[in-house]
Amino acid sequence: MITLTHYLVLSALLFTIGLAGIMTRRNVILILLCIELMFNAANLAFIAFAKSLGDPSGQVIVFFVITVAAAEVTVGLAIAILMARRLSTLNADEVSLLKW
Amino acid sequence: MVTGFPASLAAWTLLLSPLAAAVAIGLWGLSRRRLAAACAIGGLLVPFACACWLLLHTLRGSLHLPLEVQVSWLLLPDLAIPFGVLIDPLSLLMSLIVTGVGSMIFIYSTGYMADDAGYSRYFTMLSLFAFSMLTIVLANNWLELFMGWELVGFCSYALIGHWFEKPAAAEAGKKAFMVNRVADFGFMLGILALWAHSSPLATERTLNYQLLQTRLPSLLQSGWLSHETLVFIGLLIFCGVLGKSAQMPLHVWLPDAMEGPTPVSALIHAATMVAAGVYMLCRNFWLFHEVPAVLDTIAWVGGATAFFSAWLAVVEPDLKRILAYSTLSQLGYMVMAVGLGGHIAGMYHLTTHAFFKALLFLAAGSVIHGTHRQNIWELGGLRRSMPWTSATFLIGALALCGFPMLSGFFSKDEILVLAHEHNVVLYWIGSVTAGLTAFYTTRAWCVAFLGKAPEHLHPHESPPVMLIPLILLGAFSIVGGYLGIPAFLGEPAPEFHWDVARTSLAAIATGAGLAWLIYHRKVIAAEVIARRFAWLYQLLARRYFFDDAYTWYVEQVQQRLIAGACALFERVIIIGFAVNGTAWLIQLAGRAIRRVQTGRVQGYVLGFCCGIIALLYLAGRF
Repeated sequence: MITLTHYLVLSALLFTIGLAGIMTRRNVILILLCIELMFNAANLAFIAFAKSLGDPSGQVIVFFVITVAAAEVTVGLAIAILMARRLSTLNADEVSLLKW
Repeated sequence: MVTGFPASLAAWTLLLSPLAAAVAIGLWGLSRRRLAAACAIGGLLVPFACACWLLLHTLRGSLHLPLEVQVSWLLLPDLAIPFGVLIDPLSLLMSLIVTGVGSMIFIYSTGYMADDAGYSRYFTMLSLFAFSMLTIVLANNWLELFMGWELVGFCSYALIGHWFEKPAAAEAGKKAFMVNRVADFGFMLGILALWAHSSPLATERTLNYQLLQTRLPSLLQSGWLSHETLVFIGLLIFCGVLGKSAQMPLHVWLPDAMEGPTPVSALIHAATMVAAGVYMLCRNFWLFHEVPAVLDTIAWVGGATAFFSAWLAVVEPDLKRILAYSTLSQLGYMVMAVGLGGHIAGMYHLTTHAFFKALLFLAAGSVIHGTHRQNIWELGGLRRSMPWTSATFLIGALALCGFPMLSGFFSKDEILVLAHEHNVVLYWIGSVTAGLTAFYTTRAWCVAFLGKAPEHLHPHESPPVMLIPLILLGAFSIVGGYLGIPAFLGEPAPEFHWDVARTSLAAIATGAGLAWLIYHRKVIAAEVIARRFAWLYQLLARRYFFDDAYTWYVEQVQQRLIAGACALFERVIIIGFAVNGTAWLIQLAGRAIRRVQTGRVQGYVLGFCCGIIALLYLAGRF
């Protein structure tokens, strides 16, 4: 029997993997992938709660999240392309221009 | 029987008409000269009519005084100050003077100021002044009095500085304002102290004259208001009189105030505003009556002012300033009378003085208007070229000297009788002052009006609009002693003292005779006397060094010491420490903290995560 707890543990695992990836990976594309992973961890938790509480509003929110995530990844990939063109790198460490 | 509505309507009209006139001129009359003058004169004739109506009913016995009406004005927790009108014989007499003498001066002003660019502004301020003065006169509580007191101070400032493009006038206005500020600070403290001691219960404190008057004995008896406190309060309140009625040592502003237009000098700096201090003393005589120590101080200050300023008039060459010193001296007489316990005698002299001094000033104004000169040595022989002005000036001068059977004779005599009974030293001071008064008045008359006219002086007589007020005031200066003013104020006319009258007449005759010999017959040359008593002449010409002392204090002590210390404090503590110190601290902190901003996104994410975890931990704990 798969209970709510199983889903939540899976969601937490996915979220942590994503977070760890964002903090450790250098490649911008991989960072974006990890962000997507965290989005989906959250989506999974929403759907799990929606199913177990019988409240469809959790599923509705997931659609919103997917929409926002699509927009976010568009912007993120655009930034990545610009980085590759202008700075000829995809390494996040090398792009530390926004500082004092 | 007149009660209720008509009487209170008259009372309110009496107070508020000039204010309405001032507002009307300010709104619609600033570019319409005739309207401005008409509003101002109408706004003072209406209250004059009201006062006459009230007087008529009082004399007929169909109106019972005191009449008190009030509306609520300031409402604060534990403090309710109404705005009221209190009409009793004293305030009725004073409002008759203010409105009566005032209307004549207003009418005179239309002639005197005819070519002035600030004509409408002048009449706005005059109307506002009339309202403020009536507020002082008719107030039924101390705070309302104080408001009027400050307002007349402001109007006086604005009118002295009417020709503000002249630096001396602007300076004089400022000086008057400043000196009065010093005095009014004491006055305000006195009022506050009186309020604080007006009742043991916080909710029952009051500033109403009549309530305070009835409460005073029980307050003193119960010990809530100690005698020493009352002395202190009395002295503080007298401070206000020092400034407004220009008593020594705060008299320095009044001679300078002569920079204003002459009708202003007549109305504000001779007949009414400067008399407000005396009026206030008379109004609240019930308070001063309880503290003989304060009365003594008042008497001596008044006597000293009367005596010393009379000497200043003896050497003064400026016609208006002679009259200003004479005003100081006569105010000293009035204050002395109050101090000797004769508030009715003081009020009596105030009334007659208002007539003859307004007359003298207006006549001097007529001379200035006709000759454009006010130094008496540049004048002469005006008797022939300006007959009406000269005749009325002579009447005023005789009344001022105390010539028998003119108004000044009776009122001055009453003060001298009072002094004779209570204080011999002050009596002699008063008598000598009477002689000095005769001396300087005769001097001014002989030099400016008699003798030969200097060349290049082409005087012309003033227009009728200026002469008619002169003639009316002259008539009042003659009959002022027969109007029964002391009786109206509730005191039977005192017996005629032949001893006192003989002494004062002898003093007057000596003073006038000496001046006649020196300045008209030229038996003794004035220059010789001045050279003989050079030190005295210097002392008088420099006005006892009062102005020099104040200038020294302001320039050396205030400007250098106190202002210097303040500047140092500002530069070091405020600017150096507080302002620049704060900036420096923030700059330093910024320099340290900006190291955190590395530009590396992943470092930010780490910090963000740590923050979230810390917040979650805290949220879990509480």
